Amino acid sequence: MLIAILSGFIFAVLPVFTGPLLKGKLSVLSALLPVGLFAYFCSFIPDIAAGGTVYESFAWVPSMGVDLNFHLDGLALIFALMISGIGSLVFIYTSNYLKGDPYIDRFYAYLSMFMAAMLGLVLSDNLVAIFVFWELTSITSYFLIGYKNEDRESRRAAMIALAVTGIGGMFLFAGVLLMGAVAETYSFQEILSSGVVFQEHALYPIILFFVFGGAFTKSAQFPFHFWLPGAMRAPTPVSTYLHSATMVKAGIYILLRFTPALGNHAYWSDTLLLVGGITMVYTAYQALFRTDLKSVLAYSTIAALGILTFLIGLGTEAAILAALVFILVHALYKATLFLVAGIIDHQTGTRDITKLRGLGKLMIPVAVASALAALSNSGIPPTFGFIGKELIYESTMEMDSLSILLTVAAIVTNVFLIYAGFVAGIRPFLGKLPPALGKVQMPSPLLWVPALILGMGCLFFGLFPGFIESTLAQPALASLGFGSFNFHLKLWHGFNTVFILSLVTMGVGLLLYFSLKPSHKLEALIARLEPISPKSLSTLGGKGFRKFSLSWTRLFQSGFLRYYVIIIMGFLVVVTGYNTLTETKLVIPDNAFDDITIYEVITLVIMVVSIGFAVFSSSRLAAVAALGVLGYAICLVFVFYSAPDLAMTQFSIDTLTVILFVLVLYRLPKYLKLSDMRSRIRDIILALIFGALITTLALEVLSEPKYRETSEYYAENAYMLAKGKNVVNVILVDFRGIDTMVEITVLVIAAIGVFGLLKLRLKKSEVN
Amino acid sequence: MKSYILQTATNYLLPLLLLFSVFILLRGHYLPGGGFVGGLIAATAFVLHMFAHGVNETRKLLRIHPGFLMPTGLSLAILSGLAPKIISGLPFLTGIWFSEPIPVLGLIGSALFFDMGVYLVVVGVSLTILFTISEGG
Repeated sequence: MLIAILSGFIFAVLPVFTGPLLKGKLSVLSALLPVGLFAYFCSFIPDIAAGGTVYESFAWVPSMGVDLNFHLDGLALIFALMISGIGSLVFIYTSNYLKGDPYIDRFYAYLSMFMAAMLGLVLSDNLVAIFVFWELTSITSYFLIGYKNEDRESRRAAMIALAVTGIGGMFLFAGVLLMGAVAETYSFQEILSSGVVFQEHALYPIILFFVFGGAFTKSAQFPFHFWLPGAMRAPTPVSTYLHSATMVKAGIYILLRFTPALGNHAYWSDTLLLVGGITMVYTAYQALFRTDLKSVLAYSTIAALGILTFLIGLGTEAAILAALVFILVHALYKATLFLVAGIIDHQTGTRDITKLRGLGKLMIPVAVASALAALSNSGIPPTFGFIGKELIYESTMEMDSLSILLTVAAIVTNVFLIYAGFVAGIRPFLGKLPPALGKVQMPSPLLWVPALILGMGCLFFGLFPGFIESTLAQPALASLGFGSFNFHLKLWHGFNTVFILSLVTMGVGLLLYFSLKPSHKLEALIARLEPISPKSLSTLGGKGFRKFSLSWTRLFQSGFLRYYVIIIMGFLVVVTGYNTLTETKLVIPDNAFDDITIYEVITLVIMVVSIGFAVFSSSRLAAVAALGVLGYAICLVFVFYSAPDLAMTQFSIDTLTVILFVLVLYRLPKYLKLSDMRSRIRDIILALIFGALITTLALEVLSEPKYRETSEYYAENAYMLAKGKNVVNVILVDFRGIDTMVEITVLVIAAIGVFGLLKLRLKKSEVN
Repeated sequence: MKSYILQTATNYLLPLLLLFSVFILLRGHYLPGGGFVGGLIAATAFVLHMFAHGVNETRKLLRIHPGFLMPTGLSLAILSGLAPKIISGLPFLTGIWFSEPIPVLGLIGSALFFDMGVYLVVVGVSLTILFTISEGG
């Protein structure tokens, strides 16, 4: 199974080697990968249907409890089949949709990486691995949404999507870490079997907060829904794949997956009901005002995701069953509608639904696929959507409290969705063909066949729901802990309340469709509310944060060396100053001056004189030379106290530093009075304080009882373990080898920086 | 400003200093010295040459851009760290040694190669910075 999941990543590298082979007519062959995966996952159906699960384990970072454990159960199977199945059709569709695109190989690489990440997400059992794959879907979707990277808006949409889902990913990470900490394992199966009761733990609300933060951003729940309509900038195959069938369902998947562990608590269900309810009604209502084909679909998708969240919030067996069935229903019809929208866009060059009419005569198969999907979307029998909607109503009706309110919310949403489905799926094909569209061609079979397959699926599963019942729905319910639940998916439930509600929904929905024509006026109306929409507010927040971080950075990164030195010294004084002053005793050891030699006194005098000279000299060169003298004097001190290694290094460093200074000074103007009296006084004060601090620290080190453990360890083991007699060197190259490695890397970075700064020749246009 | 005395002296000093820097590098494991100091000494030798003959002459003498020494040194250091992992499956940067001492050099281990990497990086970094600055960008 590991290979199946990673195959997408491996495939993504392929274009590097195959070059243009995959760009031309052969690009359709890329679809072999998802088709193969689909067949592979289909082969598990009998096992899973019989109640089994598949568990495979690969150690990854065992020391931290992070493993690549894959667990294929009913729920994972539904998602895996959706990802690989719809993926196959999208791959085929893309080969024609992006025909001749110079970067189609790159597109396939992104798409297959996304598919692999998505499969990893739904199959992983380890919470940390789930997070890793979750982030991979965010990152790959960034590349897919921003695929048309010459388009500014496209880049912006990709950035917003990445920002929202990326922040969400961090939330999820915090959530799973907390869950892992509470349960003391990251394996979800172990968490379930260990019997940890999260609901009674003090951290439960916090865990919920973080997990919801992740799921709501990914699944575009209100108020984070705005990234999804923006992401419609992506090529249509991406919208089909990511934003109808897979990625946005990742949040739903997480909620479903965590239901057995975190669900069944008032916090859980109330939050989900509220957020899901607001999302579905609000965004379904928003769909009424859109004139862009993909926009209508985007808002109805968010509404569908709202319904799913809402159903998970209900949390009863009926509701979870409804959610599972609705996931499939929605994936089938929404993918079809998106594919159709892409075909229309591809053939006519417009997605404006006020202009699109009468296309049915020109492309019959597309019209059929679209109509089936629209019917399923509207929940009209005998399509699969009807079954889904009946289940939703059943689950809202059976609630003890608020059942009327919940049912009304579901009905209102469905009414709006019927309108959206008809406008997007049926309206463009009816009516009189406008003359502007007279020359529209029949699309290639590579485009319409995938759409038709999905469209037929909407009808097929409606007529024969038995195919889903025992193979997918029952095992998935069982994997969520609802094993005993007995149900039958049927088209005809008899003439009962639910059926009447369905009829009412259809009636009102159709009425709405016939009375309300999509127009730009309506769209302009809703655009007035844009300034207070969550999107504008968060963009504003983002800008504010940018400004803040810019000024914060400017405060510390002034670009002037002197201020950096001031900040570093000041920081050290503030951090350690108080403690040093209050805690240290400032004792000068009694025998400190006993054995002072004449050499030491001379060296000290040289040092003091050179410091004074450096400070008061009016020539830069002389000041630098004086600093050099100071450096050599320090070398002498090292020699006196038998630290030859330090002395040698200090000596060479000082030589090179003086040379460096001279080289730099050579290019500076002769002499300038750089600082005024005030800043000089400030510098003097800071220098004195800093000097006093270092002196105190040095004295403190002397008066403290000596901890010799570390140095003794090195001294003893330098020869034993590292076969070296020079302890300093052994520490550098062996005991602390990684430190040295990082240090030389930093050196290299610094050198590259100097080189870059000095050699950089900005073109005039690039200056500011 | 040309100084013939300095130029002539440098011609003899440069090889001597380089030899000395290698000597310092090699003896580092047992006596004061090591890759860092050795590298600095080698860099100083070239800087001396630069002062006497000018940057262009030193560049010609070096043949390669000193910048190339940086990745070379880093790779050498990393390889010396990876060697124990590859050869005997020990953790990254574990010291391993040849079983027999080599004449003149003594016992050689991965630490020496690591130190040689440090040496090359230090030479590369110092010379890159100094050359760049003396050319004035």
